Amino acid sequence: MTSDDRYGSAASVQMLIAGEPVPTDNASPLVGALQRLCAAAVRALLASGAGVSVMSEGGPPGVAAASDATSRLMEEMQFVVGEGPCMDAFAFRRPCLQPDLSDGPTGRWPGYTAEALEQGTRAVFAFPLQVGGARLGVMDIYRDYPGSLRPEHLGLALSFADVAVTILLDGQDQAAGNESAVGLDEALEYRSELYHAQGMLMIQLRVSLAEAMVRLRAQAYTEERRLGEVARDVVAGTLQLDAGSSP
Amino acid sequence: MTAVPAERLADVFVEVADTLVDEFDLIEFLQMVTSRTAELVEAAATGLLLADHQGQLQFMAASEEGTKLLELFALQNHEGPCLDCFRTGRPVTNADLAAAADRWPLFAPRAVEAGYRSVHAIPLRLRSDTVGALNLFGTGTGRLEPDEVHIVQALADVATIGLLQERTIRRGELLTEQLQSALNSRVIIEQAKGAVAQIYSVTVDEAFELLRGYARRHQLRLGDVARALVTDPASLPDITVS
Repeated sequence: MTSDDRYGSAASVQMLIAGEPVPTDNASPLVGALQRLCAAAVRALLASGAGVSVMSEGGPPGVAAASDATSRLMEEMQFVVGEGPCMDAFAFRRPCLQPDLSDGPTGRWPGYTAEALEQGTRAVFAFPLQVGGARLGVMDIYRDYPGSLRPEHLGLALSFADVAVTILLDGQDQAAGNESAVGLDEALEYRSELYHAQGMLMIQLRVSLAEAMVRLRAQAYTEERRLGEVARDVVAGTLQLDAGSSP
Repeated sequence: MTAVPAERLADVFVEVADTLVDEFDLIEFLQMVTSRTAELVEAAATGLLLADHQGQLQFMAASEEGTKLLELFALQNHEGPCLDCFRTGRPVTNADLAAAADRWPLFAPRAVEAGYRSVHAIPLRLRSDTVGALNLFGTGTGRLEPDEVHIVQALADVATIGLLQERTIRRGELLTEQLQSALNSRVIIEQAKGAVAQIYSVTVDEAFELLRGYARRHQLRLGDVARALVTDPASLPDITVS
């Protein structure tokens, strides 16, 4: 791993999140974990707000967590106006980075831009929460001042998005952010086998790709094995997951 | 290795220019660049790796997609010519694999076992950044001569241009947006390979050939076929039928 400051690691993001207080409201562990992620992202990225929205193919979108009331409003607003960086990030499966809303390509999101400026938001950085073909939602970072994310902040933001994906996939059981056998960094060396296994399981179990990922990770947790090893067994055909029971 | 005929080189750059004009599939474009690179300098295999936001080198395209070769690319997140090239921003040329066990104790023996004798890595450069590397493997004793290194560097630069899809980068944001999109496109293809392998009871290597063959017969972009397949497997007909 290079020490180049363009890159942020998932492990350092996990530590930043662990440093945030556990929400005192009655949020579910999943929502609580995402709220802490938003709070940590605001702090680490010198942002004014952050939000995570859950979106899926065809289904209605919803705000999962936000760092503050304005960010929640911003998340909800984009679904109402039906446009904005978050919608584009989801639709085009790529980050949508707008360092200055008052200066950007005017007319791209007229309704969104007017509302955002009204709320005091000057810059929006939207990151799709996805793994290949499986789309789970979008993480938005808001700033009340214009300007690009510095390279080290950009790397960190992408790692925050990686961790948000993990939280969404692992759901309530693992959302406490505990050290686990399925750490992101650890899985890197097995990546293509992991992706092959996801595609295979999707067909075997007749589920969506995202559901196949959830099942694969749950299997690794249950067996207390590395995700890469479980993926290898699926590809080799030596491990069959039960089509019936979802964890 | 033998000198590259000028007209052959010209043909390749015309093909590249043709592709870049149309709306193109990035992975297929990079596959084309790796294939032409292999042909021009008579390399046995070539591949292209891009760095993700964690500085991990991710496989993007190759002149062939055998699992053995893909493992050699993946291994270079730990050690190997691409990692050296990526870290220093400088080419690694004419490394003798049989004598490289000290330099790359994991990578070199595996590459020898796969039948390769020499290896090269050329940086994908963008301004002062190195964003990835073009990797070449040789099975013979022939060397990559300085003029050939220049040609391969030019092809690596072409790959970077394709990655950006724009001749000039107006803003730094665009590079990140493009790079992330490209990396995710590759993941979709890997997931689709897994799905096809499962549906048709074939290996993932064969699955890739089926996907590419289907895309070509129907003049579809590989990325679109892969995306349709992993989003809704039932949306595609039997892709083995021509």
